[in-house]
Amino acid sequence: MDKQPILQVNNLGISFSQYTKGLHRVDLKVITNLDVELYEGEILAVVGSSGSGKSLLAHAILGILPDNAVTEGEIYYNGKLLTPEDMERLRGDEIALIPQSVNYLDPLQQVGKQIKITIKDHEHQDEVVSDIFQRYGLKKEVENYYPFQLSGGMARKVLLAMALVSDSKVIIADEPTPGLDEASINEVLKDFRDIADTGRAVMMITHDIQAALKIADKIAIFYAGTTLETANAADFEGDGSRLRHPYTKALNRALPSNEFVPVAGTQPLPNELPHGCLYSDRCPKKTKKCEVERPRLKEIRDGKVRCLYAT
Amino acid sequence: MEKRSGLGIFLTKRLIKLVTLLVAICIVTFVLLELSPIDPVTAYVGASTKVGAEQRALIAEHWGLNKPPIERFMAWFTSIIRGDWGTSMIYRRPVLEVIGQKFLSSLALMAVAWTLSGVLGFVLGIIAGVYEGKAVDKVIRAYCHILISTPSFWLGILFIMLFAVELGWFPVAISVPIGVLAEDVSLADRLSHLILPSLTLSLIGISNICLHTRQKVVDILSSDFVLFAKARGESKRSIIHNHVIKNASLPAITLQFLSFSELFGGAVFVEQVFSYPGLGQATVQSGLRGDLPLLMGIVIISLIFVYVGNMTADLLYMVIDPRIKEGQMA
Repeated sequence: MDKQPILQVNNLGISFSQYTKGLHRVDLKVITNLDVELYEGEILAVVGSSGSGKSLLAHAILGILPDNAVTEGEIYYNGKLLTPEDMERLRGDEIALIPQSVNYLDPLQQVGKQIKITIKDHEHQDEVVSDIFQRYGLKKEVENYYPFQLSGGMARKVLLAMALVSDSKVIIADEPTPGLDEASINEVLKDFRDIADTGRAVMMITHDIQAALKIADKIAIFYAGTTLETANAADFEGDGSRLRHPYTKALNRALPSNEFVPVAGTQPLPNELPHGCLYSDRCPKKTKKCEVERPRLKEIRDGKVRCLYAT
Repeated sequence: MEKRSGLGIFLTKRLIKLVTLLVAICIVTFVLLELSPIDPVTAYVGASTKVGAEQRALIAEHWGLNKPPIERFMAWFTSIIRGDWGTSMIYRRPVLEVIGQKFLSSLALMAVAWTLSGVLGFVLGIIAGVYEGKAVDKVIRAYCHILISTPSFWLGILFIMLFAVELGWFPVAISVPIGVLAEDVSLADRLSHLILPSLTLSLIGISNICLHTRQKVVDILSSDFVLFAKARGESKRSIIHNHVIKNASLPAITLQFLSFSELFGGAVFVEQVFSYPGLGQATVQSGLRGDLPLLMGIVIISLIFVYVGNMTADLLYMVIDPRIKEGQMA
């Protein structure tokens, strides 16, 4: 690989300590062996069903996990290992989050003011905001709107504008598409493609494979808190024979545009994970070895896969 | 234009509610007093045996007590509407004059207590919420729970024993020094008489506001928008300053204005303990001695007082939370 990833997550694990009966403490591991790489100018779609650890990954990168979370593994930014202090410095500045909806805005504060709070250059706050509003076709008066007054389209643009007022190199979008109609989805996706084309790295967290395939360069498939495969978007073309993991293949077959066959079974809960490969209880190719050994991530055909028998 | 008419409708509705409430409260108070075992004449002349049965009957006739209750109520009610609030039996002065004077001294007491409890409660609540689970939070919460379970009159007595009798920092009772002409009473005198009772009264309100604010702060800090503010690089300080205070002030303000009734009720106890000559004491006196005109007058005034408090809360809500404004106007 000649290109250096701008953001690299290696073997991330997140567990939450909980107190159950009395003072009995239990560590619930919700993310195990999560690996992700982000490159400048590229869109990585992180795809997985609910509970696969997508949002937690975003929070871990930004260092905003709750206090009772314990993390392991490494996160590198520009080749440098991130400490919690680094994360605090980078978030909002170099790494920006685009939340899912305006519910993530302070309901009692005008949007213009909320954007200005995080602009460090105090003298030019007004200019910066009017510039970005102009760029996204938002009227000046929208600055004085409260979040509940924004229409769907405006809200989307405001949230985008918020992420772009800083000189961010990495944009993380958490579920940007649910609840939107086809036309709006396409607009959102185009926005992200444009952002990536300016040289930023975009990580789009979604459970909508089809939306992801439209614009992403790479797709990371999350399952039960682990990365099963990182594939190029092109690998999904045709019958998907270029895909590496049985789960990805099954997902691809489940798409309405393909065979439309649902994948049988459900994702295991964090407290009842299989001992070996996390997908072993649903995998058609499972062997005895899969039940005892957790596969490592290996590189196959310019992609990565976590399966003992992947080809 | 549209907005103004919306506010007009809101105020008109509230006014109608107030009037119906007033009529209902007047009837209830009258019936209660009618049913009470206190004979106004006996209460008036006291235990004195010099007043014979004939004289008693004369007094009763003079006050119109021999007429049937409904007739008396109607007579009182129609004169109230005409603006004549009658004469207090025990003070022998017009009811409005008595209330006006008493209310003024009570107002000073209540205003100080109200401000103190609001500010202290809110600040303590914010601190406790921000440091949820830490030692500061535990101390503040324990303090609130102790206060909330302490009767105000007992606390008042405790304060008198400690600060007035033992330490001698403040006068024991009454609102002015004894043996000093009214025009010679200085502001400092009045203030030193005000401190203990208003402190006692304010302590009742603190816990309520503090505990509610604390919970609200905890909720806000675990909300999505605070998480996002963090993700955008806002420091804890900035989050508290920019997001927590305003969002937490909503319930605090409502509670504070809704507490007008508790404040008034508390004032009755506190004034009694400190022999502070305010409206609270006048209420007790008029009730114990069957002074119907004065009691009814106080009921009306206090009802308006509490009602205005609640209405102010609603109006302020609209100012602070734009979502509510839109909802009310629509």
